[in-house]
Amino acid sequence: METLPIGKAINAGLRAAMDRDPRVLLMGEDIGALGGVFRVTEGLQKDFGEDRVIDTPLAEAGIVGTAIGMALRGFRPVCEIQFNGFVYPAFNQITTQLAKLRARSRGRLSVPVVLRIPHGGGIGSVEHHSESPEVLFAHTAGLRVVAPSNAHDAYWMIQQSIASADPVLFLEPERRYWEKGDVDVDLGPGQVAPLHKARILKPGTDATLVAYGPTTKLALDAAAAAAEDGTDLEVIDLRSISPLDVDTVAESVRRTGRLVTVSEAATFHGPMAEVAARVQESCFYSLEAPVKRVGGFHLPYPAAKVEEHYLPNLDRVLDAVEQTLAA
Amino acid sequence: MTDPLMVQLLDQHGVRHQHPEYEIDLEAEELLGLYRDMVLLRRFDTESEALQRKGQLGLWVGSRGQEASSVGAGRATRRQDQLFPSYRDHGAVLARDVDPLHILSIFRGIDHGGWDPQAHGVHPYTLVIAAQMLPAVGYAMGVQRDGAVGTGDPARDTAVMAFFGDGATSQGEASEALNWAAVFNAPVVFFCQNNQWAISEPVARQSPVPLHRRAEGAGMPGVFVDGNDVLAVLAVVRSALDRARNGGGPTFVEAFTYRMGAHTTSDDPTRYRLAAEVDEWREKDPIDRFRTYLLAEGVLDEDYEEQLAAESDALAERVRTGVEQMVDPDPASMFDHAYAEPHPQVLAERDEFLAAWEQHERDAVVEGAH
Repeated sequence: METLPIGKAINAGLRAAMDRDPRVLLMGEDIGALGGVFRVTEGLQKDFGEDRVIDTPLAEAGIVGTAIGMALRGFRPVCEIQFNGFVYPAFNQITTQLAKLRARSRGRLSVPVVLRIPHGGGIGSVEHHSESPEVLFAHTAGLRVVAPSNAHDAYWMIQQSIASADPVLFLEPERRYWEKGDVDVDLGPGQVAPLHKARILKPGTDATLVAYGPTTKLALDAAAAAAEDGTDLEVIDLRSISPLDVDTVAESVRRTGRLVTVSEAATFHGPMAEVAARVQESCFYSLEAPVKRVGGFHLPYPAAKVEEHYLPNLDRVLDAVEQTLAA
Repeated sequence: MTDPLMVQLLDQHGVRHQHPEYEIDLEAEELLGLYRDMVLLRRFDTESEALQRKGQLGLWVGSRGQEASSVGAGRATRRQDQLFPSYRDHGAVLARDVDPLHILSIFRGIDHGGWDPQAHGVHPYTLVIAAQMLPAVGYAMGVQRDGAVGTGDPARDTAVMAFFGDGATSQGEASEALNWAAVFNAPVVFFCQNNQWAISEPVARQSPVPLHRRAEGAGMPGVFVDGNDVLAVLAVVRSALDRARNGGGPTFVEAFTYRMGAHTTSDDPTRYRLAAEVDEWREKDPIDRFRTYLLAEGVLDEDYEEQLAAESDALAERVRTGVEQMVDPDPASMFDHAYAEPHPQVLAERDEFLAAWEQHERDAVVEGAH
């Protein structure tokens, strides 16, 4: 067992994957000597060389487009997109090529590319650094989208993403890079949870809170606060946006009868809209109250001095819990 | 007046010229092979267009007029080279032994390309303009990492070729690809067929400077070649591919040619260009000039032409029958290849689709019985 911040856990996971498979290589802006703006790739270029840890020109379509070509040649590229809001220049390559080449070639071509993207806000930064664009990619068939919330998952899920034969968008909780957690690095095959399986982090009986990535900790904090008032909340970390582990959520809602979702991504057409729809499809008669969604607003991400009002916070989550319990 | 910068070995009258840098000396058999490829390509194109008119294809993208560029470039490649075509590169693709029916299945709506990309070294057709260029560069970077550049082994050293048109040069990704390839000295040849028209927009709307001059800014050689001269295209592309395989880095080749037909069968070029322009280019026809040359050289004779005519007829017949006999894919197969590994939501949708579909089929049978 090791205690690592999330950023370091990803670094360790990348290192393990690179040690295991010489075809794994890293690409991105400033990931070499600098170690990435969040230092996630720190030390890797020194140890694996410039051919495997590639400082690229400053062009996101170029990063993803050339990663596709390398994957077609048999490599397993892991790309760092420096910030969430900078992924859009690569949107064409991601949606028209990366997501579709397998289907286009009727399974003859594989493009096992991983795109690491820091997502979410709360770091007081300038525009384009705090967005949660996951639903754009979850809505694109052919891609997998995962979002670890803690160091242990970050360590294992990055390795599982690299091992996947499908392209995976790996979303890293930007404001939680430095949060430490226990990482069990000694798990054997079969002991690690499947990549797309949700996890119940805290069992409870009164209502289910569902979150992923950066809002998972918020959901746990909300459950702790609610417990002080005698309310017993169950907290589920989705871990994966596409595919979605609906069964784990539905099973929980069948027991609690109530569901509150928490995401930084906007609620309007957001990932939790899908969760809510799937839950009413699979356990409509177990629901004691309408599903409540807490999330970002349908707005361009606001300036830093306002972001705490844009992002879900403890008050908003607890209000939603209260409303669902009152319904 | 021919641009003096343009590499040309065979002028529009079929007269052979020497070039100080790009020379080529082919055996009679190779010359006839190029001629055969171009004649068969044109017949394939004519037949495919007719099939579209008859409703057998949803759309056809014609290559008439660009035979020398497409065939010359395709024939310049070696077995291990990797091609990233756009969607009008039938000649190059056929030069890699792809079955013509595997191209036509795209336009029949059967699939997005029937050939095995790895077996032929030919990436699927890319319809998003310029989107194949960056993957081509990435593939070339993979070739570098495999140590398959500059070893001196002609069976190992590998080059990558990206095919695109004049319109594609306006895309941001095209600029990124050129820059990227130059930065990493990637073994890639950018083969730009300037056919003068991007649907209705003339090349002047894409760029105020000749396209091959883009190369200078990117930091690689730019070669301007007569795209209707199969010998010049072959010589220039061979040289560029050799340079790439030897570790010399990327080259930009602009093949100056003309799209004689419509952009696709859905297009009407009379709305945007003059018949006189088309007539002018008809005089520069790539097949006519090569035929004149081969006849003058005594390489081509009546027997070969008769044999080739028969072969063309057989190809047309095979294509016609093959298209008409294509079997529509099983609807459920659309679920098969979105993901390599199981995706629960896709699997659930597939089950739902199958159940509903089977029910409707059963209902239809019952209704039919009454």
